[in-house]
Amino acid sequence: MSRQWETIGELGLQFFGKISASISHEIKNTLAIMNENAGLLEDYCQLADKSKPVDPGRLKEVASSIRNQIRRTDGIVTNLNRFAHSTDQWMMGVDVGDFLRFMCQLTGRLAFIRGVRLKPEPLSASVKIQTNLFFLEHLFWLCLDFAISMAGEGRTIRLTADALQTGVRIILRGLEGLAGSPKTNFPGRHGKTLLRVLEGELEINEAAGELVLILPKEVSQ
Amino acid sequence: MKTRVLIVDDEEEFVNALSKRLRIRDYDVTTSLSGEEALEKMKHYLFDVVILDVAMPGMSGIETLREIKKIKPLTEVIMLTGHATVESAIEGMKLGAFDYLLKPCEADDLIAKINLAYNRKAEHEERIREAKVRQILASPRTVLEDE
Repeated sequence: MSRQWETIGELGLQFFGKISASISHEIKNTLAIMNENAGLLEDYCQLADKSKPVDPGRLKEVASSIRNQIRRTDGIVTNLNRFAHSTDQWMMGVDVGDFLRFMCQLTGRLAFIRGVRLKPEPLSASVKIQTNLFFLEHLFWLCLDFAISMAGEGRTIRLTADALQTGVRIILRGLEGLAGSPKTNFPGRHGKTLLRVLEGELEINEAAGELVLILPKEVSQ
Repeated sequence: MKTRVLIVDDEEEFVNALSKRLRIRDYDVTTSLSGEEALEKMKHYLFDVVILDVAMPGMSGIETLREIKKIKPLTEVIMLTGHATVESAIEGMKLGAFDYLLKPCEADDLIAKINLAYNRKAEHEERIREAKVRQILASPRTVLEDE
C-alpha cells in the first residue's frame, strides 16, 4: 500500500509540474504579445514626435490586442488557481461536465502543440460524483495523453459523459489511430494504480475509436 | 538594401505587432504562422535572418530549423522561446541557430541580434565570393568548365 502512495505522490508531482510549466509557457506568450504591443505604442509616439501623423485606427488595434491578451491571461491564471485548489480536500463533489470543460482548457495547449484539438460536448444531464479531484485530473490527463497520440495530427477529440446507475462513463471520441495501432502499455503501472485508488475502469473500443473511463458515484473512503 | 527578415510564430498577434515594429525600423519583413508555411516561403524568396519560435504546433521550431539549414544553410536563425523550452533553443544552437532570446524580449536586444546575424551572413557570403575569385584566378579554365 505504501508503495502505491509513493508512486502516486512522485508521479503526481511530475503531473503538477508538467501542467504548471505548460501554463507558465502560455503566460509567457501572452506577455510577449502585450510587450510587443506596448513597444509598438512607443514607436507610434516617437513617430508622432517627429511630426509623422499616426492613424487613430492603428492605436485602437493595439489597444484591442492588449485587451484580448489580458482577457486570455486572466482565463489562464483562473485555470491555474482552480488547478492549484484541486488538492484542497481529499474528497469532493465533481460536476463531470464542468470537469471536462476545465480539463480541455487546462491541457488544451499541450494538445494543440501536438496538432490536436479538444472539444467538450454538452451533456444531456448533469452528472456528479464524489472523488479525489487531483487524482482524477491526473488519471484523466493520462487518458488524454494517450488519446492525443491515438487521434493523430489535425484531429479533434470529443469528450462527453453519460450517467450510469453506479456512477459515470466518460467517453473520449475521435481516436482514429486506435485501430491497427501497435500495442502500447497504456494505462501503465502508474495509470493502473490511479484507477485502483479511484475505483475506476478503462475500456478501449478500437473499432469505434473510443476510450471510456468508468468511475463510481462515490469512492469508498 | 534592407535586411530581409522572416518571422515564424503561431501567435498571430505577436507576429503582427513584431512585424510592424521591425518595419518601422526599416526591415523588410515577411511573416509565417507555421514551420511548413515558412519553408514554403523560403523556397521562393531570399531571407537574411529568420526569427523562429521554438514551440509551434505541427512542425516544431527545431524541425523547421533543421529544414532551413538544409535548404538555405547561410540564412541565420534566431530562436524565440518561453523559459520552458530553453533546452530546445540550446539544441537549436547546436544545430546551427545563430542565437536565442527568451520571450518576452526587449526590442533593442532582438534588433541587436538581427544585425549581428545579418553581419555574420554577409561576412560568410563575402568569404565564399573571395574563395571563388581565388579559385578562378588560380585556374581560369574553371570558369569555362562552369559554363
